[in-house]
Amino acid sequence: MNSTLLLNLQNCTIRFGGLTAVSELNFQIHENELVGLIGPNGAGKTTVFNLITGVYQPTSGRIEFDGKSISNLRPYQITAHGIARTFQNIRLFPSLTVFDNVRVAFHLHLLSGVNHAWWRGASFAKEEQDISDKVIELLRLFNLEQHRNTHSKNLPYGDQRRLEIVRALATRPKILLLDEPAAGMNPTEKIELMNLIQFVKDKFNISVLLVEHDMQVVMGICERIVVLDYGLKIAEGAPEQIRSNPKVIEAYLGE
Amino acid sequence: MLHRPKTLLCFSLALAFGVSLLAPQLNPYHLDVLLTIGINIVLAVSLNLVNGYTGQFSLGHAGFMAVGAYASAAFTLFAAPRWFPDANFLVTSACFFVALLLGGLASAGAGVIVGAPSLRLKGDYLAIVTLGFGEIIRVIFRNVDALGGALGLNGIPFHTNFFWVSFWGLITIYMVLALVNSSFGRGFLAVRDDEIAAEAMGINTTQYKIIAFVVSAFFAGIAGGLYAHLKSSIDPKGFDFMRSIEIVVMVILGGMANTRGVIMAAVILTLLPEILCPIAEYRMVIYSLLLIILMLTRPQGLFSFRIRPHPSHSA
Ligand SMILES: Nc1ncnc2c1ncn2[C@@H]1O[C@H](COP(=O)(O)OP(=O)(O)OP(=O)(O)O)[C@@H](O)[C@H]1O
Ligand SMILES: [Mg+2]
Repeated sequence: MNSTLLLNLQNCTIRFGGLTAVSELNFQIHENELVGLIGPNGAGKTTVFNLITGVYQPTSGRIEFDGKSISNLRPYQITAHGIARTFQNIRLFPSLTVFDNVRVAFHLHLLSGVNHAWWRGASFAKEEQDISDKVIELLRLFNLEQHRNTHSKNLPYGDQRRLEIVRALATRPKILLLDEPAAGMNPTEKIELMNLIQFVKDKFNISVLLVEHDMQVVMGICERIVVLDYGLKIAEGAPEQIRSNPKVIEAYLGE
Repeated sequence: MLHRPKTLLCFSLALAFGVSLLAPQLNPYHLDVLLTIGINIVLAVSLNLVNGYTGQFSLGHAGFMAVGAYASAAFTLFAAPRWFPDANFLVTSACFFVALLLGGLASAGAGVIVGAPSLRLKGDYLAIVTLGFGEIIRVIFRNVDALGGALGLNGIPFHTNFFWVSFWGLITIYMVLALVNSSFGRGFLAVRDDEIAAEAMGINTTQYKIIAFVVSAFFAGIAGGLYAHLKSSIDPKGFDFMRSIEIVVMVILGGMANTRGVIMAAVILTLLPEILCPIAEYRMVIYSLLLIILMLTRPQGLFSFRIRPHPSHSA
């Protein structure tokens, strides 16, 4: 791997009371890489996402992004650095329309603030139009445009998952963290989604960290896989190495 | 309408002026009720920015109203006569405008002081902190002799008229709607719907809450100033916990985050006690009963015809 280092977790540990959810974790993600993060239920995958995005602070260890420490930043600041995510249990803005869900995610790139909203001058009108165009463009790319005025809570389940990805992309990330984006989908939908992820990665030139339980899917799409079990990294490598790794087989058989 | 704020401002001024020409036709009692309705609209619409659009439960609106009332009344009583001893109509009006602005700014300042530390806390804490703030403010005003202590301030000139009330009412409605109906302002709704997701989208939730809180406090202060110059005397008891509750009820009954509904609720809930006046003994009982029935039958608000959002789950 000789491309630029983007995300670097160094000896990250987090404890909840007596439980060590993630222990001495080290791994890196490079530019335009698609990395899988797998492990049995409760292994600590979502906790890793919460650490990277600042929802939790590590008990010890350090997280660097683009060469800068992000360990003590608040989630919105980390998003501003270029890390976006989706959630395992969907967290759209339920009472906002599909359009507004994405519009809100353009927040970081907004020049207008309170006074512009009140004064409503020419620059405000232009920016609102620009954002509206960009939202529509993104929605069109993901075939969600016909739902633009639907409240997101009324969207079909699969579309909600895709909308979460669109919304994350609107923040213009360098790296996208996807927490079980294919959960609850049937095999056809899963394949479509994986194609979509590949497409997004290439089109926006971003890295992806993917948590997914379906081995077929993960092995098929990821260039590299990190395996967690009880908060410990038990393996890391290319899909074929992971498939035959005895520790991984044991962790999954012992489930 | 929202796209032409300057036109709207001129229109508001003209409308407010036009309506105020009709005021002399009314008998004083009706005029008083109408002005009270206007003041309550300012209060309810501004509180709706915090409790409705931003989803934070503030119980201290009467406290901010008190700050505005005392600040503006103090200016009118103590500062204005000294600086402009023999003022004509224009100077008096300008002084009143400045007094109201001062009241609003003082209240917004109080909003920063209360909001900055407490808005980092989640949910119920804010309700408790704002409730405490409302009570503390009353205690402070009761103990400051320069501001009349428990007796309050009396003899405040009767400056609040139809013009000023409709002017500030329209401004408040515009400010809240213009804010919320912008890309920036959609962030308030995002914070309400799901704070964790909002942060993940790059939204500084604390900053949004403070903005909502301060804007809301500013207009509560304006309303306080209008109230002081309408009633001509104010005392700490007039801004008690029940006053805050009344405003919260207007917001809930109007349907949170529904400005039109909140305006209608402010009108109805101001009129209701007046209509029930002849049966004074049972007034509060009937008022409370009506509220309970309305809450049970239309929990989403009297004038809200959308379905309420689901409460979000934890992380
Ligand atoms: N806020 C918290 N407080 C206490 N314990 C927590 C907290 N968050 C996670 N945990 C615990 O940390 C461990 C790892 O949880 P995590 O959600 O990261 O697992 P996961 O790998 O995402 O599992 P799944 O595949 O079921 O999503 C679990 O034992 C969980 O109970
Ligand atoms: Mg998980």
